[in-house]
Parts: sequence; structure tokens; C-alpha cells
Amino acid sequence: MSGSTIKVIIGPQHPALKEPERFILETEGEYVVDVKVRIGYIHRGIEKAMENRTYLQGLYLSERVCGICSDAHTTCYVQGVEELLGVEPPPRSRFIRVVVAELERIHSHLLWLGIAAHEIGFDTLFMYVWRDREIVMDLLEIVSGNRVHYATNTIGGVRRDLNDEKIHKILKGLKTLEDRAKEYLKMIQKEQTVLKRTVNVGILSKSDAIKYGAVGPTVRASGVKRDVRADDPYAAYDEIPFNVIVEDGCDCLARIMVRSREVLESIHIIREALKRMPGGEIRVRVKPRIPPAEALSRVEAPRGELLYYIRSNGTDKPERCKIRTPTLANIPSLCKMLVGGYIADVPIVLAGIDPCFACMDRVLVIDREKREAKVWTLDMLRRYGREWYRKR
Amino acid sequence: MAFAREALRNIFKKPVTEKYPFERREPAEGFRGRPVWDMKKCIGCGTCVRVCPVKAVEMIGRGREATIKHHLERCIYCGQCAESCPVKAITMTPEYELSDTDKSKMLHVYERK
Repeated sequence: MSGSTIKVIIGPQHPALKEPERFILETEGEYVVDVKVRIGYIHRGIEKAMENRTYLQGLYLSERVCGICSDAHTTCYVQGVEELLGVEPPPRSRFIRVVVAELERIHSHLLWLGIAAHEIGFDTLFMYVWRDREIVMDLLEIVSGNRVHYATNTIGGVRRDLNDEKIHKILKGLKTLEDRAKEYLKMIQKEQTVLKRTVNVGILSKSDAIKYGAVGPTVRASGVKRDVRADDPYAAYDEIPFNVIVEDGCDCLARIMVRSREVLESIHIIREALKRMPGGEIRVRVKPRIPPAEALSRVEAPRGELLYYIRSNGTDKPERCKIRTPTLANIPSLCKMLVGGYIADVPIVLAGIDPCFACMDRVLVIDREKREAKVWTLDMLRRYGREWYRKR
Repeated sequence: MAFAREALRNIFKKPVTEKYPFERREPAEGFRGRPVWDMKKCIGCGTCVRVCPVKAVEMIGRGREATIKHHLERCIYCGQCAESCPVKAITMTPEYELSDTDKSKMLHVYERK
């Protein structure tokens, strides 16, 4: 790097959502020329802890890898364990898994939309979106008995059945949600406050998205049709027709649009799943001990492809459990997006991949560089971003 | 402009936020609150101790004589104990205001009468 660059350090406190991670930006004037990421601040040793718990106990631990996509983690985990056991979950349980997974996707995308609005200083939208997110949180509470950690999945099926009353409540809630989601979709496309801060910001071209292995809404916003639900169907996704949402914008607006449209698509999937749901059992009983085998399981979490690798050794505890979360897969593309952009755009670009650092931190990459640096907290950066755009 | 209309419409609505300590929300049906042991049914098999992912349940003694200790501060309210109990002696109550500054109140002891 030439002598004229200045390092701006963001974090480790709260660079995007409320989680610690550190980004070192090399800047030249207002432009970001290089990005270094230091991850690992909240390494919790979950994979190691899995090895000391039985498969059933590990289920509740996997749920706690991430607070937002907790259902995706358990789905992925139980699918892996079911593969090890050679057990097929009953058809009805697979549909219930779809319903909960899509409700979770709606809640996660609405949460993200609120955060994105907050990052660009549009707090009014943030408040409205989060108000409407309560509808889906209530639905999740009705279905699973809890707002956040649903504990719906279990090895060999699901723990709770859906009755007519619950289905009626879900459909009623979805109607309101659909109206609201359509309204927000219209609003985002027209509202200058959003457009001015997101169009042509954080560009990730189609070829770069493929090259850096982006996943989830990030890759779909760059025009790549990649979705585990469609490419490698699990649960009951092979029996439900749905569209994979793709946008060609490659910028932050496209990421907002993909997620907003996915909310509508998820509503459609839930309706179809409820319509097609067969009757019968919701779970099969399984043995606690699992013969030696290996399993790889993939799930489309709200943020992208989630991967579990589990190896059993004949006891009631796994020998190894490896988790690859979508945020980790998106970090290389995030660095690509930041380079060449303005410092003022860093918060929205960072938030654009919907990072979840707590789930990501299981690998330690230590980057030691000691040069003169100026340290900013995200609040300072966010304020700076707003001021900078106001002056422009 | 699209947003201005929405904002105007919301000016005349009352706040959505519930005034929590004064207004309490009813938890949904099937909510997993504090688990309670029915010692008349309990056979002291120790299944709840074994399945608990966070070691929140302790059993002192064995069989019909056993005493159950439940540590609220460790409990994650997953309901696995209630599900695994062979005699359905455990129920998840809708009780949710469980935090306290006094640690001794977090321990619930279920003894045989």
C-alpha cells in the first residue's frame, strides 16, 4: 500500500448488527481500497461441545448456534442425524418443517429489512417493519410454543402437530403480512431515501458472486439462480412448486428487493404446504446409539446455504460435527463489495449480506498488522455516513 | 412520497408497544414456561436428568424416594424432560416471569410428601 492510505478500523464492537467483528479498511480519501477482516471474537467452541453431548442434547445446542435462523440449524442437524440412522421422517413432519422454516425466513428477512433501513438512517421504516414482524413472531409462538428457539424439530420428525385452529390462525396472520409486504415492496422501489443510498452501492457482479462463492440472497441478488431448496430439495420442498427469486441489480437495492420478494414467496410456500399437508404420524422413534457413518446435510437458511457434517462412531455422541454457516461463505464477497466504495457506504454494504457473526465464528483467522490506525465504532461511522450524504 | 402517506396514516394510530409491567400479554397456547414436577406420578427413573441438555435437573436418591432439584437459572425451557418423561409427571406451565436477583429462588426442590 502507498503511504497515502489511512486505515479505518471498524469494530470489534458491533460493525453491522449487534455482534463483534473487526474490519480494517484501507482508505484513500473517501474510497475504500482494501479490506481486511478479523473474525473470531465470539468463538464459542460449539463444535467441540457437540462431541460431549448426546445426539438429542446436541439438537438443542445446534439450535443455539444462531438466534435468528435457529430452525434452519436444527433442520440441518436432524437431517444429518437421520441420514446416519437411515430413518425417513414421516411425510407430515416434513411439511411442518417447511412451514416453520418459511415462517422463520419471513421473520429473518423482515428483521434484516428493518436493520438495513436503520443503517441508512431511515428509522421510520425500521420501526414499521419491526412492528409487522411481530405478526410472524406471534405465529411462530402459536406453532412452536416459543418466539425464538422453536425446538420444533426432533430426530425422526417434529415435536408438535398443527391442528385446524393453528392453521386458521397462520392463514389469517399471513393475509395481513402479505398486504404489508406488498406495501413495503412498493414503497422501497419508489422511496428516494432508500434508492439514493442503495442503488449502485456495494456492487458484486455475477462472475464475482460465483467466483467468491456467495450464497443465499447475496448471490441471488447478483443474478445467479442458486437455492438449496430448489437445487437439492430437502424436507417437502420437492413437492411444493415455488420460484427462486433472482434480481439482476447486483447492488444493495437488489439485495433488499430479493429479500422483500422472498417474503412474499415464503407466504406462498406456506399456503401451498398447508394445502398439501398429508395426515398421519409426525415422528418416528429412533435409537439413541448410532452406528459408525458420515453424513453431510445442507439447508437453505434465511441467509444462504447452511452445511452440517456429522460423523458417528457407534456411541450416543457424535465424533465430529462441523458447521459451515452462510455468513462465513459470504465474507470473501463482502470484501469484494466494500472495495472501491465510499466509507460512508460501509454500514449498508456490511449489513447487506445479513451477517451473523456469532454463528460464523468457528474458525480463527488471525491477522496481525501493526500500523498506525484510527479506530471508529460503527455508531461513529453510521453518523459519518449520514452526515456525508447530507452534505453531498 | 409513498412513505409519507404511510407515515400520516400511522400518526393517528395508538402505539403498538404494550406497557409491559402494567399490561401483561397472555402467552400462546403450548408456551413452554417453567416445568413443574408432579411427585405423585414421578417414579424416579432419572430420564429427565439424562435428557436435559443443560444439566438443569438433579435427582437425589433413587426410585420412589427420589427428590428432584430443578435449577431455573440453567433451564433453557426446551421441554425435552416433559416430552421424555415416561409417566408424564412433568408439565410446562405458562409461567414466564422467572428472573430474580436472589439465586436461592432459582432452585425448585420437589420432595415426596
